[in-house]
Amino acid sequence: MDLVLKIWRQKDAEDKGKMVAYNVTDISEHMSFLEMLDVLNEQLVSSGEEPVAFDHDCREGICGMCSLYINGEAHGPDRGVTTCQLHMRMFNDGDTIFIEPFRAKAFPVIKDLVVDRSAFDRIQQAGGYISVNTSGNTQDANAIPIPKPDADEAMDAATCIGCGACVATCKNSSAMLFVGAKVSQYALLPQGKVEAKDRVMNMVNQMDKEGFGNCTNTGACEVECPKGISLTTIARMNREYLSASVTED
Amino acid sequence: MSNRKGTTSVGRKILMALSGLFLIVFLLQHCTINFLSVVAPDAFNNVSHFMGTNPLIQYALQPVLAFGVFFHLIMGIYLERKNRSARPIKYAMDKPATNSSWMSRNMIITGIMVMLFLAVHFIDFWLPELNTKFIQGDMSGLNAAGEFRYMEEMAHKFDNGGRVILYVLSFVFLSLHLLHGFQSAFQSVGFNHNKYTPTIKRLGNLYAIVIPAVFIFIALFHYFNQHA
Repeated sequence: MDLVLKIWRQKDAEDKGKMVAYNVTDISEHMSFLEMLDVLNEQLVSSGEEPVAFDHDCREGICGMCSLYINGEAHGPDRGVTTCQLHMRMFNDGDTIFIEPFRAKAFPVIKDLVVDRSAFDRIQQAGGYISVNTSGNTQDANAIPIPKPDADEAMDAATCIGCGACVATCKNSSAMLFVGAKVSQYALLPQGKVEAKDRVMNMVNQMDKEGFGNCTNTGACEVECPKGISLTTIARMNREYLSASVTED
Repeated sequence: MSNRKGTTSVGRKILMALSGLFLIVFLLQHCTINFLSVVAPDAFNNVSHFMGTNPLIQYALQPVLAFGVFFHLIMGIYLERKNRSARPIKYAMDKPATNSSWMSRNMIITGIMVMLFLAVHFIDFWLPELNTKFIQGDMSGLNAAGEFRYMEEMAHKFDNGGRVILYVLSFVFLSLHLLHGFQSAFQSVGFNHNKYTPTIKRLGNLYAIVIPAVFIFIALFHYFNQHA
């Protein structure tokens, strides 16, 4: 298929940036979206132009690096997929495809389609862990009984890959689905309950400091999340926050 | 830590939800009393007089209500400004309708329309009430003929077709606001449960349609009653 690509080009973090149109031809419908971009970059390199910078790593839907806003949707028109899992058969011959970086004040563009998502790392560092000394005497995991539904729900929350599609698609650039998932994966397990109060407070505070917006429950994040993280995780974060703020000293 | 509780994003959304739930309860009460004007005008007069002169309602609940409305408005505008600033560069191509409802994305528009209506509503009813009761000092609730004045005052307001159209339109906006707001408030305070959330969503849709529909019916009823 032949396509017109309208791609955000930005030399560096300081550059103003603009949309630039490119033509690609003979694209196979079996290609992934990133492979299609590889073809474009081959074309650009061979004609002496600067290739389009875009993030990618695993190319199997688990690293969450491929931060592209395609035709007005995070990770494109397919559901439950990252950009590397998006196939060109989702598009038609002759289509014009808009490709933009994830947009948020907290996700500044570094170059072209590459954004800085270290805000998520700092939120995680603020409380997304449990304090366990790992030197010797490792306890058997089965020594602490955990109800199966709780373990399943914690695991569902833990499938969040921190890709940032929730922020990109939210009209408020809110990170609450990400933080909700990270709070939930610990809050549901006995090991996480010890530090639950400080965790939710510190992670929410860090989220605010990074400049993400407020959640207005539009539910767009849940729809666009490649891992199907549920809005129930945000409700759990709100509950955790409420109980922590009422009971803390 | 300085940035805590009510001043964080989660704290603010919980406060927004609580003020919204409070206004939802108030609305049910207001709607019930107004409906009396259709089915039992005498009862409407009596209840109106009670609501208008009872010290607990006037001096304790009314200020709470005024604060609730004001808080919901100011917080709503503040949050909207903050949220807009969280994305300084917009997308060249965006398709929000593929993943969220119009109502959920436009609470600020439907909310401001309702608040503009409230301004008209205050000029229509609240300010004349304050004038009669507290400036002229007439707490009797009676008209020149020695009867309760509430029913005829209400009927008089709905004599004007333009005002009736304004009221009807405003309640359509209120309905759109509630279609998202009702269930959203429960989510914000952390109430999301597989067993109960579907019921809350259904109840919210029902509330968002029935309550404004009753208000619209009341306005139309009094209009046509006088123009039949």
